[in-house]
Amino acid sequence: MTTPYGVSRRDFLQTTGAASVGLLIGFSLQSCAPGEKLVAGPPVPLTAWLRITPDDKITILVDRSEMGQGVATALPMLLAEELAIDVSRVTVEFAPPGDTAYVNPDFGMQGTGGSSSVREGWLPLRTAGAQARQMLIAAAAADWQVTPGECRAEDGAVVHINSRRSRRYGTLVAAAAALPVPTNVTLKDAKEWKVIGTRAKRTDTPMKVDGSAVYGIDVKVPGMLVAVVARPPVFGGKVARFDATKAKAVPGVRDVVQLSSGIAVVADGYWPAHQGRAALEVTWTDGANAAVSTASIEALLAARVARPGVQARHEGDTDAAPAGSIMLDATYRMPYLAHATMEPMNCTAHVRADGVEIWAPTQLQTGAQMTGAAIGGVPLEKVVVHTTYMGGGFGRRVEQDFVIEALETSKAVKAPVKVIWSREDDMQHDFYRAASHHHIRGGIDAAGKPVLWTHRVATSSSMMRLVPESVKDGLDLEVVEGAMAMPYAIPNVHVDCVLVDTGVPVGFWRSVNNSYNGFAVEGFIDELAHLAKQDPCDYRRSLLTAAPRHLAVLNLAAEKAGWGTPLPTGRARGISVYKSFQTYVAEVAEVSVAVDGTPTVHRVVCAVDCGQVVNPAIVEQQIEGSIVMGLTAALWGEITLDKGRVVQGNFDTHRMMRLKEMPVVEVHILPSSEKPTGVGEPATPGIAPAVCNAIFALTGKRIRTLPIGKVV
Amino acid sequence: MPAIKLSVNGTTHQVEVAPDTPLLWVLRDNIGLTGTKFGCGIGECGACTVHVDGTATRSCALPVSAVGDKSITTIEGLSDNRSHAVQRAWIAEDVPQCGYCQSGQIMAVAALLTKTPKPTDADIDTAITNICRCGTYPRLRAAIHRAAGEG
Repeated sequence: MTTPYGVSRRDFLQTTGAASVGLLIGFSLQSCAPGEKLVAGPPVPLTAWLRITPDDKITILVDRSEMGQGVATALPMLLAEELAIDVSRVTVEFAPPGDTAYVNPDFGMQGTGGSSSVREGWLPLRTAGAQARQMLIAAAAADWQVTPGECRAEDGAVVHINSRRSRRYGTLVAAAAALPVPTNVTLKDAKEWKVIGTRAKRTDTPMKVDGSAVYGIDVKVPGMLVAVVARPPVFGGKVARFDATKAKAVPGVRDVVQLSSGIAVVADGYWPAHQGRAALEVTWTDGANAAVSTASIEALLAARVARPGVQARHEGDTDAAPAGSIMLDATYRMPYLAHATMEPMNCTAHVRADGVEIWAPTQLQTGAQMTGAAIGGVPLEKVVVHTTYMGGGFGRRVEQDFVIEALETSKAVKAPVKVIWSREDDMQHDFYRAASHHHIRGGIDAAGKPVLWTHRVATSSSMMRLVPESVKDGLDLEVVEGAMAMPYAIPNVHVDCVLVDTGVPVGFWRSVNNSYNGFAVEGFIDELAHLAKQDPCDYRRSLLTAAPRHLAVLNLAAEKAGWGTPLPTGRARGISVYKSFQTYVAEVAEVSVAVDGTPTVHRVVCAVDCGQVVNPAIVEQQIEGSIVMGLTAALWGEITLDKGRVVQGNFDTHRMMRLKEMPVVEVHILPSSEKPTGVGEPATPGIAPAVCNAIFALTGKRIRTLPIGKVV
Repeated sequence: MPAIKLSVNGTTHQVEVAPDTPLLWVLRDNIGLTGTKFGCGIGECGACTVHVDGTATRSCALPVSAVGDKSITTIEGLSDNRSHAVQRAWIAEDVPQCGYCQSGQIMAVAALLTKTPKPTDADIDTAITNICRCGTYPRLRAAIHRAAGEG
């Protein structure tokens, strides 16, 4: 049955027997020119990014992971622009690791993160589209015995301009594929764009409203078993001994095997595996972290933030307070945060003697492939990685732990295995956004102008685990990003960092280290404005005269929010401006506080400069999403520890924002023709300070410790 | 294990599972309907929402033995070709981001609109408590009003 979106996935699978797990969207056949015959046939690759069948079905390969941020739409739009096709007619497939074209230059591997997809794909994908266009035009021109200059690409066909003869791409692809890929192509001028900058509909919406999109947890492979893993409750703990008798007595349980991370209970489905794990008898060795608690970590961070750190930035003289200045000291504290993706961690793997197959909701395809090769004992090229849709990522899915578990279990039981984590597993065995303490010191002169700023960040480094060579002599530049780039014109500045190993695993979380540095910097500049008895927006403006893009978003957000205009009694506004992932964001939050101290965020006005916008609707979605993530964390988010164990387990003890708590979010995008920059994360750091600055304006209570909880 | 009879999307299924198996896992692992998602296992997040005799029900916390002869509708059975007013509104507003919670959201909203065809924002706030982590809430609310308008 053909729908407005093309054939349904089920029909497609039936007719093609395609094994690719739902990484498909519909396509629709375009009408042909009279006399033009489209013949069915296998798809012909034109470049690493594009395949066209003789009957004109176009597949675009997407080398980034679709975890909600819209890459399965925005990246094909770049290619579609140059190829002169409508993005709604293409099929999207996720690219398998292997081709160097898919390597993310930010990582040196195929992977998704750092709000890099559109920013990094901007030139290569438009180039790939132009290359394919040029090859198709050359093939048509040769057939018509005219010069390529007499032809152009229009709506999926090559047209001979004078004669109006036309050929669909499908009829040209075989000849075009025999031509060399041109190295010199001309990209369209912005004036000619028909796709870039439009609110093109997301390619993944139809399959996400009828349940047909296949996520990692939905993967089904013939003969597949399902495993649930018992892991040590304390980080760094080990299995001392276990008795599988009772677990194996649960109907449906097939096997119990030891992994490097714990004990896997393997069953016919999730429920028997889950029940088998409940029946499993394991004794753990807790190891060095058995006594770690939130109190002990807080004490450690407090002690370490008081010690000198490793310098990241230094200007002027910050040893002594300038004469006549008024000084202010503050400590900002932020907790561990869980990713809590809606789809818990999971992975399916099949380890065979001759090769490995992995179906993973992964943000790091090359990493999964390398992990598969190492555990399977096979060469890299014998490891096939299928990327599924993913129910959120936020940085969690760059890790390999869930991939390792699936591989080890499959290897042990000699069958394809899907490992599924429960919500509690996911919450308690995360790589958390690190807890941090920030000591900030500032001074203002008699006119209120800041003359000194020092910022020390004490926190744990995920880079020391993931890319140790990037951390030199105790300086992790990721940890101080945003602190180092503090944009205000202040003559004497010092930023340093202290890396603290607390035993709690830490990793990338939406906006990463910006999520804490943004709160500290934008909170403290607000404190200085107050100390100077100046309006916090005007104060920032006066210090950003040499930072025009910061200033432009600040002005736009202030204007759209009605900064300075009266509000109903009991409400106040707070503001922040912050650059991350090369994108500039200003946010104004409108807040009230109930008599019991409960804060309510009513409205957030956000101004964004992310360079050239590829799809404004997706930018808006990402800003809304970034704000929800940051606001949920600001209001309630924390992972705490007791006796080395994570206290929170499920959504009853770890609060998530719900519909009724969602503020109105207004997104204003600054028009720009600069190169596109990141949009998946940059609105996250600014929301907590905007809200807390509003709470200060309303109540006089300065919040320096997150989560906010109640304002008392 | 005794066979349990279930009516799902108009089809009767016989499944052999432990009676305490949550309906969610019977749907996903035994019947193969994976559109209904696992999010929390304790009925908190709503990703597993299905209709049981038309009522929005969190299937992760409902033992299959408690279903009896009630008829179950999952996202796959809501309509042919995404033609339900809620699905059409979801497409029009481009609601989903990661999409993982959306089957549950759509089922919860479809049940709400059957009971309350023109819900106010307050009605929506009370009825729709499913968790979304991506921030689709503004579009989701707009889509509910759109579906109510067209429904």
